[in-house]
Amino acid sequence: MTQAVSPHRSFQGLILTLHQFWAQQGCVILQPYDMEVGAGTFHPATTLRSLGTKPWRAAYVQPSRRPKDGRYGENPNRLQHYYQYQVILKPNPPNLQELYLASLKAIGIDVALHDIRFVEDDWESPTLGAWGLGWECWCDGMEVSQFTYFQQVAGIECAPVSGELTYGLERLAMYVQGVENVYDLNFNGLEGDEKVTYGDVFKQAEQEYSRHNFEHANTDMLFAHFKDAEGECRALLGKGDAGDHHLMVLPAYDQCIKASHVFNLLDARGVISVTERQSYILRVRELAKACGEAWLKTEAGGA
Amino acid sequence: MPDLLLELFSEEIPARMQRKAAEDLKSLVTHALVERGCVYEGAKAYATPRRLALHIAGLPARQPDQREEKKGPRVGAPDGAIQGFLKSAGLSDLSQATIVNDPKKGDFYVAVVETAGRAVPELLAEIVPAIIRQFPWPKSMRWGKASQHAGALRWVRPLQSVICTFGPETEAVEVIHFDIDGLVSGDTTRGHRFHAPDTIQVRRFDDYVASLERAKVVLDTDRRKDIILHDAKNLAFARGLELVEDEGLLEEVAGLVEWPVVLMGSFDPGFLVIPPEVVRATIRANQKCFVLRDPKSGNLSNHFLLTANIEATDGGKQVIAGNERVVRARLSDARHFWELDQKPLPGFEHVEGTLLDQRLAKLRALNIVFHEKLGTQGQRIDRIVALAAELAPVVGADTAQAKRAAHLCKADLVTEMVGEFPEVQGLMGRRYAEMQGEAPSVAAAIEDHYKPQGPSDRVPHDAVAVAVALADKLDTLVGFWAIDEKPTGSKDPYALRRAALGVVRLVLENKLNLGLTACLSGHFGVIGQARSIAPDAGASGDLLSFFHDRLKVYLRDSGARHDLIDAVLASGQLDDLLMIVRRVEALGSLLDSDDGKNLLAGYKRAANILRAEEKKDGEGAFAGAVDSGLLQLDQEKALASALASVTRQVSEAVKAENFTGAMTALATLRPAVDAFFDGVTVNADEAGLRINRLRLLSQLREATRSVADFGMISG
Repeated sequence: MTQAVSPHRSFQGLILTLHQFWAQQGCVILQPYDMEVGAGTFHPATTLRSLGTKPWRAAYVQPSRRPKDGRYGENPNRLQHYYQYQVILKPNPPNLQELYLASLKAIGIDVALHDIRFVEDDWESPTLGAWGLGWECWCDGMEVSQFTYFQQVAGIECAPVSGELTYGLERLAMYVQGVENVYDLNFNGLEGDEKVTYGDVFKQAEQEYSRHNFEHANTDMLFAHFKDAEGECRALLGKGDAGDHHLMVLPAYDQCIKASHVFNLLDARGVISVTERQSYILRVRELAKACGEAWLKTEAGGA
Repeated sequence: MPDLLLELFSEEIPARMQRKAAEDLKSLVTHALVERGCVYEGAKAYATPRRLALHIAGLPARQPDQREEKKGPRVGAPDGAIQGFLKSAGLSDLSQATIVNDPKKGDFYVAVVETAGRAVPELLAEIVPAIIRQFPWPKSMRWGKASQHAGALRWVRPLQSVICTFGPETEAVEVIHFDIDGLVSGDTTRGHRFHAPDTIQVRRFDDYVASLERAKVVLDTDRRKDIILHDAKNLAFARGLELVEDEGLLEEVAGLVEWPVVLMGSFDPGFLVIPPEVVRATIRANQKCFVLRDPKSGNLSNHFLLTANIEATDGGKQVIAGNERVVRARLSDARHFWELDQKPLPGFEHVEGTLLDQRLAKLRALNIVFHEKLGTQGQRIDRIVALAAELAPVVGADTAQAKRAAHLCKADLVTEMVGEFPEVQGLMGRRYAEMQGEAPSVAAAIEDHYKPQGPSDRVPHDAVAVAVALADKLDTLVGFWAIDEKPTGSKDPYALRRAALGVVRLVLENKLNLGLTACLSGHFGVIGQARSIAPDAGASGDLLSFFHDRLKVYLRDSGARHDLIDAVLASGQLDDLLMIVRRVEALGSLLDSDDGKNLLAGYKRAANILRAEEKKDGEGAFAGAVDSGLLQLDQEKALASALASVTRQVSEAVKAENFTGAMTALATLRPAVDAFFDGVTVNADEAGLRINRLRLLSQLREATRSVADFGMISG
C-alpha cells in the first residue's frame, strides 16, 4: 500500500506528499473551503489572512470552479472543476524559492533531470482587488505552479507581504504519472480492478456541470442570487460594525464569494455583455474591499 | 587605478527588463561619481536572470579636492548683506574672505571654500545604497518581514545579496560596507541555481567572471545570445534544416537562462496542416522555442529548438520529452480551433453567406463595444464599409470588392483561432476567406487592412486593400477627433499617430491623389449623425494639421529639408498629401540651382524691404496694382513685365499640378530681380515712385507665395 500513495503512482499520493511537506514547514493543513470558489486564493485562509500584521502559514487543497472552462468531459486538459494546492506564508520566508524547489523534489521531480524555470507572471485578480509580482514556474516548458508575492489584497497594501504558491494538481500529476489525458490519471494508486482513475471520479460530473453551466443554469434565479448575496454582504458588514472593531466579517465574506461564483456562472451562460461584465467585476471588488477593511478590525486581522 | 565591482543578486528578474536595468545601473552609478568629480576609464554593465552586475575600471582612490569661489557683496555693503555672505560661505570672520577688484563694480569680497576630496569607497558607500533604493524598475515590490514597515526596500523581485568591492588590479580589494534594511554588502555570490548553488567568494571583475563561468553562469547577455544562436544554427544544420531567426525571441530566451543549452524536439508532422504562422506563434509565445524550416522548400519543419537552463544528467532527454508534450497539447488545441472555425457556428448556422459571414453575425450580436462614445464594432464596420465604397473609385478599386472586404475585415476577431492567438488577427481572416471562395483581392485586403502598422511595416498596394486600409484608419482618426480624444504628449492610447502615419504612407507610396478635406468633413458628418455627436467646428482642420505633422515626420525621416516642408505647408490649406510632396521636391530642386538660390536671395531682400516699409505705412499698404505709367527705369519695367508673365505661368502650372513647371517659371525671374536691385532705388524720394516700386516687390512676394512661403526657407 505504501507504493500506492507515492506521488508517482496516485493523484492522492501527490496531495498527501504536499501535505506532508508543508506541514513540516509549520503550515496549518486546512481542508477545502466549503463554498464554490474560482481559485484557492478566495479561501478566507488566503484572502483575509493575508491582511494585517499577524504571521500565518497554511496549506490546503481547494476545489476550484471555472464554469466557462467546462468541455463536457471531452478535452484532455480542460476542466470546469479542478484542484489547486494552495500554500500561503506570511510574511514570506527569505528562502521561499528554495522551499518550493524542495517541494518539487519531494513529489519526485529531479532538478538534475528537469529544467525548472521562473518566468515573469504578474498576478492580478480584479474581483479581489488584488495583485502581486512573481512567476509562473515551468518544468520542462510546462507551467506547473504560480508563485506570487502579494502586494495588495482587497485594495489594501499587504504589510507584511505574503508568499503564495499555487500548484495545478492535475497538470502536475499528469506530468509525474506520464499520462496525456487528465481522465487517465490514477487516483488511488492501485492497479487492475482496484484502480480508480480521475475519470471514474469526475468525468460524469464534468459532463453534467458543463450542461448546467452552459445550457441550463437558471439565469433569472442567478441574477436574483447575485443581488441577494450583494445585499446580504453589505447588510452583515453593517450589522457587525462595532466602531473600532468588527464582529461579522467571515459571514459577510461568504456572501462576497457567493456573488463572485454566481457572476462566473452568468458569464458562462453568456448573458452578461462586455460592458456589463466590467461593472459586475467592480461590484464584487467593492464587496471584497469592504470585507478586507472590516477584517483589519478583528482579532485575526491584527486589531 | 582601482576598479569597482558591484553585483545585485536577486530572485528571477523578468527577461524584458534586464537590459534596460543594467544600463540604468551603469548610468546612475557613473553619473553619481562624475558629479562628485570622479572620472573613470571604462564601465560596463551586465544582466542575467538572477543578477545585475557593474564593472567600472580606472577610478581614482580619492575624490579630487574641490575648490569653490563664492562671490560676495561689494566692500562697504550693508551689514546684513555681509553677514548673509559669511553665513552662506561658512566663514566666521570677514578677514577670511579675500578682496577682489573688478574695474566696473569696484572692490568686492570673495570666499574661497576648499573641500578636501573624500576616499572613493566612502563615496560609494553613500552612492550605491541610494541608487538601490531609488532604482527605476518599471514595477517593483516589497517582500519578507521588512515589508511590514513603510519605506521598506523595493526591488523587482526579492534582492538576496550585494557584492561591492573596490581596489587596484594588483593588490587586495576592499569590501565597501553598507547595510540596506539588513541586507549587508559583501564579496560573495552564488552560481547557477542547480549546478552551483554554493557561495562563491570573489575579489574583482576578472575572477568574478571566471568564477561565474565555472559555476555555469554566462554573465554577458550578448554572449548568451551568441551561444544560443550558434548552437541553434548548428543543430538545425545537422538536420538539414534552417533556423527561422527571431531576434525578439532570442533576446527574451537569453534573459531566461544563465547557462544556455539548446535542444531539439519534434512534433507530429500532421500538425503542419495548421497555418505555419499559427504553429510558430504557438511555439513562440507559449514555449519560447524557435521553429525551423526546410531550406529548399521554405516550409516549416516539425522540429523546434528549446533553450534549457541546465545540462541535464540524461543529456536532456526528459527535458525534450516534457517540452514535446506541451507543444503537442498546444498544437492539438490550435488544430481543434482551426477545425472548429471551419464548421458552421452554433446558433448562427442560418446566417446567409459564408462561414465568415456567420462569425460577423456573431460579432454584431455580441455588441462588442469599440468605444463607449463611438459605438460597437458592428457600427464601426458599417462606417468602414461606407467609407471604403466612397474611397474605392478614388484609389482605383472595384467598389463591390472593397465593400465586401470591409464587411468581412473584422469577422475573424470572433474566430476561435484569433481568440486564442490575437497576433494572427487579419491573417486568419484571410486564410478562411480564401478557403471560403472570396476573391483574392478581398481575402488579401482582410489581412492587409491593418497595414502599415508603423514606419517599417509593409504597405499594401492592391487597390481593394488600400481602400479598406484607408477607411479603417480614417474612421478611427475621425472618430477620436470627433469625441476630442486626441493624442497628447507621450500619451496616445489609441495609436492615432500610427494610424495617421499609415494613411500618409498608403497615400504616398501608392501615389494617390486624395483630397483629405472633403473626405474628412464628410466622415465627420457621418460619425456625428450616427453617434449624435457635434464635433468641434475646427476638428476637421485640426485633424488635417495632424496629418501635416505626421507627413513632416515622415518626410524628415526620408531626408527632406524641414524648412522646405514648412514653406510649402504655409502656402495654403493643402489637403492633397501627394501634391505637398511634389511641391517640396520641386522646391528642393529649384533651390539646388543657381537661379533658385539667387531668386531666394532676391526674395529675401524684397521681403526685408517690404517688412521695414510696411511698419511705416501699415500692413497691406503696397498690395495695390503696379501703375505702369510710373515705371521709369528699364530694370523696373523689365521686372514688371517678367512678373506679369511669370505669375500667369505659375498659376497655370500650379493648377495643372505641374510644380516643376511652376518652379522653372519662377526661376526665370532671377535676372530681372537681380537687375532691379542693382539699378533701382526702391525708396525713391518721390512718394509715388516709392509706392509703385514697393508694389512691384509685393507682387514678387505674391508670385512665390502660390508655391511656397519663401520666408520660411532658411539660408
